[in-house]
Amino acid sequence: MNIAVLIKQVPDTETKIKIKPDQSGIEEGDIKFIVNPYDEFAIEEAIKTKEKIPGATTFVVSIGPERAGEAIRTALAMGIDKGIHIVNNEPALDSYLTAKVLHGVLKERNISVIFSGKQAIDFDHGQLTQMLADMLDWPCVMITESFQLKEDKSGAKLVRRLGGGAKEIYEIAFPFLVGCEKGLNTPRYASLPGIMKAKTKPVEKLLVSNYLEGQSAFVSYKNYELPPERMAGKKLEGEPQIQAQSLVKLLREESKVI
Amino acid sequence: MHHKNRSYFTEDHEIFRKSVRTFVEKELLPHQKEWEEKKFVPKEIFKKLGDQGFLGINYPAEYGGSGCDLWYKVVFAEEMTHARMNGFAMDVFVQTDITSPVIEKLGTPEQKKEILEPAIKGEKILALGVTEPSGGSDVARIRTTAKKVGNEYVINGSKTFITNGSRADYIVLAVRTGGSITDKETFKNAYQGLSFILFPTKTEDGKTRPGFSVGRKLLKMGNDSSDTAELSFSDCKVPAKYLLGEENKGFYYIMQNFQGERLITAVMSVASSRQLWNDAVAYLNERQAFGRRLADFQVWQHRFAQWAAEIEAAQELTYRAVDLYNRKIPCVKEITMAKLITTELVNKLAYDCVQAHGGYGYMAEYDVSRIFRDVRLLTIGAGASEIMREIIVKETGLMR
Ligand SMILES: Cc1cc2nc3c(=O)[nH]c(=O)nc-3n(C[C@H](O)[C@H](O)[C@H](O)COP(=O)(O)OP(=O)(O)OC[C@H]3O[C@@H](n4cnc5c(N)ncnc54)[C@H](O)[C@@H]3O)c2cc1C
Repeated sequence: MNIAVLIKQVPDTETKIKIKPDQSGIEEGDIKFIVNPYDEFAIEEAIKTKEKIPGATTFVVSIGPERAGEAIRTALAMGIDKGIHIVNNEPALDSYLTAKVLHGVLKERNISVIFSGKQAIDFDHGQLTQMLADMLDWPCVMITESFQLKEDKSGAKLVRRLGGGAKEIYEIAFPFLVGCEKGLNTPRYASLPGIMKAKTKPVEKLLVSNYLEGQSAFVSYKNYELPPERMAGKKLEGEPQIQAQSLVKLLREESKVI
Repeated sequence: MHHKNRSYFTEDHEIFRKSVRTFVEKELLPHQKEWEEKKFVPKEIFKKLGDQGFLGINYPAEYGGSGCDLWYKVVFAEEMTHARMNGFAMDVFVQTDITSPVIEKLGTPEQKKEILEPAIKGEKILALGVTEPSGGSDVARIRTTAKKVGNEYVINGSKTFITNGSRADYIVLAVRTGGSITDKETFKNAYQGLSFILFPTKTEDGKTRPGFSVGRKLLKMGNDSSDTAELSFSDCKVPAKYLLGEENKGFYYIMQNFQGERLITAVMSVASSRQLWNDAVAYLNERQAFGRRLADFQVWQHRFAQWAAEIEAAQELTYRAVDLYNRKIPCVKEITMAKLITTELVNKLAYDCVQAHGGYGYMAEYDVSRIFRDVRLLTIGAGASEIMREIIVKETGLMR
């Protein structure tokens, strides 16, 4: 049985993003890259599932430039068996084209389940998994916060979080896709022996350009800008009545919302 | 990976860095306040460190190590700083860099199986017992004696300031097996009469070894999360098989062993310096005085620009020493200089960082006040600055 995990390398959440002077993208020089945090839940769930199924194999797939190799090796160090690095040197893929390439690479690989993060924290699109599900014509459960393999290992019981504390419970037979949410598990950290072992695990290298099938992106990026800086707050002083009065005055005269 | 670090660290080092950082953030930092306050870190944390492979970074796989180069240790030491517990970090480095290296180097296969292997797993805790109440710098004058009687050593004497001392399973103990410090005849060669004994604090049935006792808990200026103890030995017997290496070669072993300890002290001092600098600069950018941020005053800008330059210089000297030591090129001079420069630097910097924080810098709840106290040890332990300068005098041949 094959278990796949989709991962993306994204800028560290603590990184200060700088825009290139020509606004064509972000400056990568000083950025630290990490595995998309939601993908770590996907990696962990894949490893846990594999541990319950004798003979199962896990592999990670990532589309990205050369540097994305580090994300793949991180997953291998955590315990994934193999990697597929789909090297992308033409950066402008949109979600559709990304799904298209992944579909081309994954459709013939006899996969039972594909884990992914529910979204990548760089662009926050949150739509790739669903698009890939559509192309594969497989079911897909997003925002999954619980995954339980069925006794006979023919599928799983999944819990999907809805707003207001409600939950949806699914029972699905393989194959299907899972979009992982925080809380699904606690991702393990790579141990040093794990990192050393990862060095000898195979990573298959493919090229994005071989899977485009003549298609191009629907979305093109014109230019990048940082969001406007938040303005300094105002502190209202005095008795509650005075504060309320000055608040009303500000809302009327300055921000003109009432 | 930061591109400027590529000459020292590879992608695998950076993967390891993230792994240590996550461990530190999840397993250590959340307990920092409690452990510092209680002056106690649970023993189980050693096991967790062992499970991650952090206690056997460059030991052979045969004993459970990962066989990595020294730069992985540098990464580990740098990232441990983020736990903000210099005391506990010292407990760990006593295990990884101050005691286990000499066992790996000189131990018999049996000694390694019994002591090194469980130490790498974090199941046994190690301590180094060199310093005595009568003196620490002057290693040759060690008074604790071990007399060979039949197939045992009988130990008498006392040790003090011993890190991990109250809960160590084994103490790498420096003892006098020959020479004398009272007899004028033999005194001249006192340093030739020292040996290392891998002292098991418990007997085979798990009880405290008769004749061995841990004295009062020592209250310290800083490093609160570290275990520092006074030990005494009174007609305390250990089987002779626990002699490490050869009898009467202890002085050389101790001196060699200092190299790794001093190097890791330098690495940690630089990492602490960076942390102090970052914290203080964040504070200067926040705190207002006279209607401006402190960071808007040129006096602070210049002072911290100067410190940034000095940290960078200290870092390069340290990395140079690491590189030489990693390639097994003799580098006593470089390691000694790095130890001296970095530990003096972090203390002067800490003084300025407290100053930058004003009254808050004097408040116990601010990290800077604790780190100021913690780093004070660094110019004293692992060979004081004065001793470093003595060594540099010899190494540079300045006395002609
Ligand atoms: C928190 C803590 C943890 C420690 N952990 C350990 C441990 O785990 N194991 C262990 O064995 N030891 C440990 N030590 C002991 C430490 O290594 C010694 O304190 C250190 O070596 C200095 O020895 P001393 O305290 O006896 O000072 P002394 O040797 O008495 O020195 C006092 C002062 O005189 C100076 N001095 C000494 N000789 C000379 C000279 N030739 N020229 C000029 N000046 C000189 C010294 O630099 C120092 O400033 C620890 C100490 C502390 C405080």
